[in-house]
Amino acid sequence: MTVKLDSKIPGGPLAEKWDAHRFEMKLVNPANKRKYHVIVVGSGLAGAAAAASMSELGYNVSCFAYQDSPRRAHSIAAQGGINAAKNYRNDGDSIRRLFYDTIKGGDFRAREANVYRLAQISVDIIDQCVAQGVPFAREYGGLLANRSFGGAQVSRTFYARGQTGQQLLLGAYQALEKEIAHGSVTMYSRHEMLDLVTIDGVARGIITRDMVSGKIEAHVADAVVLGTGGYGNVFYLSTNAKGCNVTATWRAHKKGAAFANPCYTQIHPTCIPQSGDHQSKLTLMSESLRNDGRVWVPKRREDCGKHPSEIAEDDRDYYLERKYPSFGNLSPRDIASRAAKEACDDGRGVGPGGRGVYLDFADAIKRLGKAAIEERYGNLFEMYERITAEDPYTVPMRIYPASHYSMGGLWVDYNLMSNVQGLHVIGEANFSDHGANRLGASALMQGLGDGYYVIPNTIGHYLASNKLGKVTADHPEFRAAIEQVEGRQRRLLGIKGKRTPDSFHKELGKIMWEKCGMARNAKGLNEALQEIPALREEFWQNVTVPGSGEELNQSLEKAGRVADFLEFGELLVTDALHREESCGGHFREEHQTEDGEAKRNDEQFAYVAAWEYAGEGKSPILNKEPLVFENVHLATRSYK
Amino acid sequence: MSAGLNLTLHVWRQAGPNAAGRMVDYKATDISPEMSFLEMLDVVNERLIESGGDPIAFDHDCREGICGMCGVMINGAAHGPMKLTTACQLHMRTFKDGDEITIEPWRAAGFPVVRDLVVDRSALDRIIQAGGYISAPTGSAQDANALPIPKQDADEAMDAAACIGCGACVAACPNSSASLFTSAKITHLGKLPQGQPERYRRALSMVAQMDLEGFGGCTLFGECQEACPKGISIDSITQMNRDYLWASLTKREEKKVAGAG
Ligand SMILES: Cc1cc2nc3c(=O)[nH]c(=O)nc-3n(C[C@H](O)[C@H](O)[C@H](O)COP(=O)(O)OP(=O)(O)OC[C@H]3O[C@@H](n4cnc5c(N)ncnc54)[C@H](O)[C@@H]3O)c2cc1C
Ligand code: FES
Repeated sequence: MTVKLDSKIPGGPLAEKWDAHRFEMKLVNPANKRKYHVIVVGSGLAGAAAAASMSELGYNVSCFAYQDSPRRAHSIAAQGGINAAKNYRNDGDSIRRLFYDTIKGGDFRAREANVYRLAQISVDIIDQCVAQGVPFAREYGGLLANRSFGGAQVSRTFYARGQTGQQLLLGAYQALEKEIAHGSVTMYSRHEMLDLVTIDGVARGIITRDMVSGKIEAHVADAVVLGTGGYGNVFYLSTNAKGCNVTATWRAHKKGAAFANPCYTQIHPTCIPQSGDHQSKLTLMSESLRNDGRVWVPKRREDCGKHPSEIAEDDRDYYLERKYPSFGNLSPRDIASRAAKEACDDGRGVGPGGRGVYLDFADAIKRLGKAAIEERYGNLFEMYERITAEDPYTVPMRIYPASHYSMGGLWVDYNLMSNVQGLHVIGEANFSDHGANRLGASALMQGLGDGYYVIPNTIGHYLASNKLGKVTADHPEFRAAIEQVEGRQRRLLGIKGKRTPDSFHKELGKIMWEKCGMARNAKGLNEALQEIPALREEFWQNVTVPGSGEELNQSLEKAGRVADFLEFGELLVTDALHREESCGGHFREEHQTEDGEAKRNDEQFAYVAAWEYAGEGKSPILNKEPLVFENVHLATRSYK
Repeated sequence: MSAGLNLTLHVWRQAGPNAAGRMVDYKATDISPEMSFLEMLDVVNERLIESGGDPIAFDHDCREGICGMCGVMINGAAHGPMKLTTACQLHMRTFKDGDEITIEPWRAAGFPVVRDLVVDRSALDRIIQAGGYISAPTGSAQDANALPIPKQDADEAMDAAACIGCGACVAACPNSSASLFTSAKITHLGKLPQGQPERYRRALSMVAQMDLEGFGGCTLFGECQEACPKGISIDSITQMNRDYLWASLTKREEKKVAGAG
């Protein structure tokens, strides 16, 4: 082990850790805050909330995003809702219950202290968002409405129609624009981070490419915060936005930041199935639909070709209700996804290629009326119809799992700082709170919790505790990093091979999905470990990138991201191969119970796998952070 | 699977902000009706790259109709012929074999072309900077249920807040006005009790910024409402005009007090 993994979890009782820690952390004198320059990469929920909040405190902030406006970050697409332990329903919810549900949902592979803090903060997040004007759904009495989400038996999810992410992000975006107008945040839209710069092991800035002019630039800072989102696009087809990438975190990894649990990826059970090879992304149908929709496939293979209305009630297998009677259609995502795969592998899938299951609203419409369903899910039904040309009010939806979220990410301590001094990581980009599986409506909570409440506190502690020398962009490390980025770009442009960057991405995605997707085994993983490097080699010999570096060049952007996915994919598979157990989204076929459920191995694998970059062509080094559970009992996760 | 479509595209090509642009024709053959409009452009671009050509630049990200990044004029209509549908959600089954499709960038003084179909919409961010927010610094909020809001007000705020900032309203307007965009934000925040303290200030400064950015005035043609993929109603413009008028009539000097702010 070479990197030091000190989780810095404060002592004391679980419920008092965050409070005590806030008291113990050092503060920066208000008058000195503006002298500190903090770089925030990303303007999603995590990044925008962090940049706005730190600016409100008085720090001098620069914020970067690859889109043309911070409002377009991928968080905008979140549909279903955000959890908070408000217990407004009086249905037995509490901070402790949200904490427990999240730890259990994550299959006991997350840190207790971080998750407990998240549950505590969840309450403040809702208050903050309402104050900003987020138009959450309300009851006739004027109070906030709630819905249920998978993996929970209480109703604690707050939502704004099917556009919760949009409304939360607009709240954070507007706070950010307010601070931009105030002059304390400088926004760099259409800028892509292409490297992290460290000096004597301390993060001191980043290298970006201005995506319009092509200019490669150095930005110096006292601390760097990455809120660059997840790596779900390593599967090519996913519910993520097209631009989502691993570049920022991967480059930071190559500069020393440990990458934790990359094999923990979430495959979401309810997405619209693929319609052909041209498919460029998959569209999520919010999990909230499982509140009222019933999932089924025909009991008999020969019925699969029939119109669903011709399949009698008795001939339908409502497999989630059958296998998991207490959670039924609201079983957690990993379980629901795998069950769908099993049904399809069994030859009972429906729709093109037999890769689909029904999500049926007929009962709910009968019970509640069409109007009630329309009120709840109208926009989702419309979206479904636009994409498939089928009317879900009369024909059951067809759904299939797709890559959706990455629980893994850069390793961070309790202060959300990576093992590289000064490099902080927030939101989906870090590994911290969801263990091996994330519960629905918890990513928005975590992104905003990290951004509004954690990082503005912990960044001050970092800045106040460390004497940072003055550095300029002329420093040799910055110049070397610029040269490296420019060199790589020249190389990409100079290959002039025969294949497009996208064709490589598709091929990588296929390997990842087939060999390291919903179910994994040693044979497939070992094959992937041969195929990925071979594909990477071909990429560097045969990719073609038209145009030049000194202009808006979308092929060049794409090629750079694909090159990073081609390296990262190998680490993901390596992690999946090493983890000889099944937990959450990581299902190893060798490790299952007799009835096909995931079999954890707490003796050997109750740790965070934090991989360290060892250099070009060398195997990554595994570092372990043991997970200590003092407040929950490591149970077999059961939703039966 | 239905048979592939064979289409002729007329596409605006422009190498950079200051370069001259022109329409260029492309054949898009064997296009699956199941593809989205942007997937059709992907296919055209893949073929262009493979044959040594220069792919068409266009903005996009979520491809779910929510980020507002995509947006082009398709046969003269912002986001194309389907109502309430962004270009990324428009599917090729809307077109017939043999169709000719003209694809151009948003055209407006406030949206300079960056390259091909990509335009600069940063003016919309600056309109938000001028006051499209509620000043509620992190940590200052009271309990979320302390202030009940009638469901109808919350719903109306949400209707206006659904704007995705794509700029289709500007592109569709004969005056290139950004009134629907600006008024949607004014309406969203103005419907909520939290938005009241800054309501009139907001109207004045956002409208002033809109004018400053070179967008035209609104003469209530209603084209914006037709083009809006999120169905934002032109009623919000009436709301904006009302707030603006009231604000202009009742404008109070803002006192600069030492120690404040
Ligand atoms: C379709 C969909 C629905 C979802 N629904 C829900 C839900 O209902 N509830 C829930 O809790 N969660 C949901 N999620 C998950 C949740 O939306 C995300 O996990 C969360 O929004 C991530 O926020 P973030 O701030 O970490 O990152 P993002 O929102 O992904 O933001 C990343 C930011 O980083 C920038 N960036 C990335 N790379 C670079 C780079 N190299 N250089 C410069 N900038 C860069 C981007 O421009 C962007 O601003 C959903 C996800 C999807 C895909
Ligand atoms: S790509 Fe996001 S709205 Fe079309």
